[in-house]
Amino acid sequence: MKKISWRVIIVLSVIVLAAIYLLPTVFPGLWPYKKINLGLDLQGGMHLVLEVDTDKAVESNMERIAQEFKTLLRTKRIRYSGIDVLNGRQISIRLREKENIKAFQTLLDDEFKELRQLSRIESEDALELVMDLPDKETDYIKKLAAEQALETIRNRIDQFGVSEPDIRTQGERRILVQLPGIKDTERAKELIGKTALLEFKLLNENYDVPSALKNGPPPGSEILYQITKDAATQREIRTPYLIRKQALLTGAYLTDARVQIDSQFNEPYVSIDFDRKGARIFARITEENVRKRLAIVLDNKVYSAPVIQEKITGGAARITGNFTSDTAHDLAIVLRAGALPAPVKIIEERTVGPSLGTDSINKGLVSMWVGGIFVVLFMVLYYKGAGVIADLALVLNIIFIAGGLAGFQATLTLPGIAGIILTIGMAVDANVLIFERIREEVRVGKTPRAAVDAGYDRATLTIMDANVTTLIAALVLFQFGTGPVKGFAVTLSLGVISSLFTALVLSRLIFDYLLMNRKLRRLSI
Amino acid sequence: MQFIKSDINIDFVGKRKIAFFISLSMILISVASLIIHRGPRYGIDFAGGTLIQVKFQAPVDIDRIKSGLSSVSLGASSVQQFGDPADNEFLVRTDKTEAAEQGFALTLSKALKTATDSQAEIRRVEMVGPQVGQDLRKKALFAMFFALLFITIYISGRFELKWILSGVMAGALMTAVYLLSLFNVSMPFLILAALVVTLILFWLLSLRYAMGAIVALIHDVIITVGIFSIFDKEFTLPIIAALLTIIGYSLNDTIIVYDRIRENLRKYQKQSLGFIINRSVNETLSRTILTSLTTLFVVLSLLVLGGGIIHDFAFAMMVGVLVGTYSSIYVASPILIAWQERDNRP
Repeated sequence: MKKISWRVIIVLSVIVLAAIYLLPTVFPGLWPYKKINLGLDLQGGMHLVLEVDTDKAVESNMERIAQEFKTLLRTKRIRYSGIDVLNGRQISIRLREKENIKAFQTLLDDEFKELRQLSRIESEDALELVMDLPDKETDYIKKLAAEQALETIRNRIDQFGVSEPDIRTQGERRILVQLPGIKDTERAKELIGKTALLEFKLLNENYDVPSALKNGPPPGSEILYQITKDAATQREIRTPYLIRKQALLTGAYLTDARVQIDSQFNEPYVSIDFDRKGARIFARITEENVRKRLAIVLDNKVYSAPVIQEKITGGAARITGNFTSDTAHDLAIVLRAGALPAPVKIIEERTVGPSLGTDSINKGLVSMWVGGIFVVLFMVLYYKGAGVIADLALVLNIIFIAGGLAGFQATLTLPGIAGIILTIGMAVDANVLIFERIREEVRVGKTPRAAVDAGYDRATLTIMDANVTTLIAALVLFQFGTGPVKGFAVTLSLGVISSLFTALVLSRLIFDYLLMNRKLRRLSI
Repeated sequence: MQFIKSDINIDFVGKRKIAFFISLSMILISVASLIIHRGPRYGIDFAGGTLIQVKFQAPVDIDRIKSGLSSVSLGASSVQQFGDPADNEFLVRTDKTEAAEQGFALTLSKALKTATDSQAEIRRVEMVGPQVGQDLRKKALFAMFFALLFITIYISGRFELKWILSGVMAGALMTAVYLLSLFNVSMPFLILAALVVTLILFWLLSLRYAMGAIVALIHDVIITVGIFSIFDKEFTLPIIAALLTIIGYSLNDTIIVYDRIRENLRKYQKQSLGFIINRSVNETLSRTILTSLTTLFVVLSLLVLGGGIIHDFAFAMMVGVLVGTYSSIYVASPILIAWQERDNRP
């Protein structure tokens, strides 16, 4: 009796535990515990893997250094014949005349200690220098770019408002984004993938655009396009602008961006506020360039190029360019969250519509019921009374798997449902092994008591062995699998463990109870 | 109720030559099909590309869909009916990966609507870039490799009760694989090499049960892969999961027969090995058939009712269960006899 009582306690506490975890899924709000997580393939949603172009981050860092060189050389009145960025990671500087070279050398030693010299060609009155950043520094820039990109994307998604997004790094330069239940996937991709580099640049009005288009832009300038859509004809119109490459002000100085409605044209626009430093720069630009045109460029697309009428203080500007309220809203979000430090590319996408997810759940449940009912009926027909015990074990098995899913906060996926269905088929195996053994012992002429004991004793080790191999396969899958396949590994492992428990502890307990308390003379098996 | 009479005595061992012939020809057919098809057909998970599942409101012609696709420069994609024909669902596959570009889904559903005069709902888009495909392939192969490694260690330790030996073996196996990986051998060859090394080690160390189990397992996986190749089905991540589950299931069956053989070896010490093996297979036959039956039934219900997405997975499982059951009776056990015959030769 004593032996039974502690097993009763274990079995009951496992059942109660499973029920505690599981009930909130069946009756939401019964007590505060989370429901079983459904995978993206069941509830619909989007899974994205983005790759951060970290080389670009290094390149723009080099561009920044080149710009710094130019400014410093100009303020110190050192004349140079060329400063260029090579291959996106080296900087080459050419100077003439002795005094320039000498002054430059001092500047280099004082201000640019971190640069590594790659080659130096020096003659009497000329110097050509190629430098880059040490590997440790470029690695740091790359790492930082990936981290910043993750933070920026998380910010954008938080502001966009998606419930329970999952955003994490994957490897060195990849970002995994999972947005359950999202419907407008196109808009979400637009929001996540936009670099959102906002720049204020002057138009080069000394050359006319047609000749620049034909002969190539003059040095220091480039052709950028404004893309508008004609509402009446639904056609895209691309307007070229000749724009100076140097950005006078960027979105880095933004403090806020909001959607406003133009009272005159009833069109949405995005109003932006700069911080104090940004406001000062903006005031200086507008003061120095009155009557000139200033282009507002976002990700190398011109949004507008108004003529500066007067000096603008106060640090506020507006971005117009036929927005819908959605696009204006999303632009405000990406501007507030800040620019990505480097462009990102979508390298993996898995999108499941909500209707397909519901279909999958229904089909999975139907095949589970059909398979389950067959197995239950079969066991009762084949093993009679013992079959009922096996069926009870089977039902508890499914409850334990579901309870385990809820308890471990694991995710149920479509292959996961397949795993549960497989478990239904394979879980009876342990019981079949035991029952066949008991039948053999009964045939040899043993009493029910002895037959049950011998059957369990002999089958236990075999059952353990047989299940360990499946468990090994499941654990390896869990380690290497992604998304849906991981869900399969989870339910399969839970199924193996719980079927071991129900066969070796629970059904044994019922047999023992029947044999001891009811003093069964004949086994129904 | 009883399907298999308790005094059943089928001469499995006597027919092992026929079984050997059947197995060998099935393996040869599988390998031949793989060679003809130039290796397994990788799905987009491994090859990279885009898969789009579209549902139309009314029945549509595949050619119409194709013309709609070529208007958005997806003319080279394959279009295939998906799931139940009454659902009007189609799968579009292309090796292009531009579908992830912004605004593409909208353009596509518009183009399809114009071409087919039927509302097109894009229910699923899966895009895998070439680099990711390569990574996933590597991951899947690693999973297969480690599953094999751990199972090898477990069964050689468990069957022969030589845990130290199995540890040494695992070490040798890892070293061999490490040395090979230094030569930049591709992953499939690495796994093949690992298997050959495993078999040689089993042979040298006389771990016959372990060897029998591994041979049965290789047998099952090759034939399942071969049947997949014959039916020109795609290898995707869930199929890899199915293959690993088949490995577990096949071993499960084999282990149960082996356990009985070892029990009977103690019980009938004077009998020949052939007799003992035959008796053990017969004694466990009832259980083997029953479990296969229940598993097969749930897999069938998944195959028929589970819908298109899980269909191939269920198909692989079905083949695996059938082949696994066959191999635990006709492959794993007779190998032990072949071994004995080798030992008895002068």
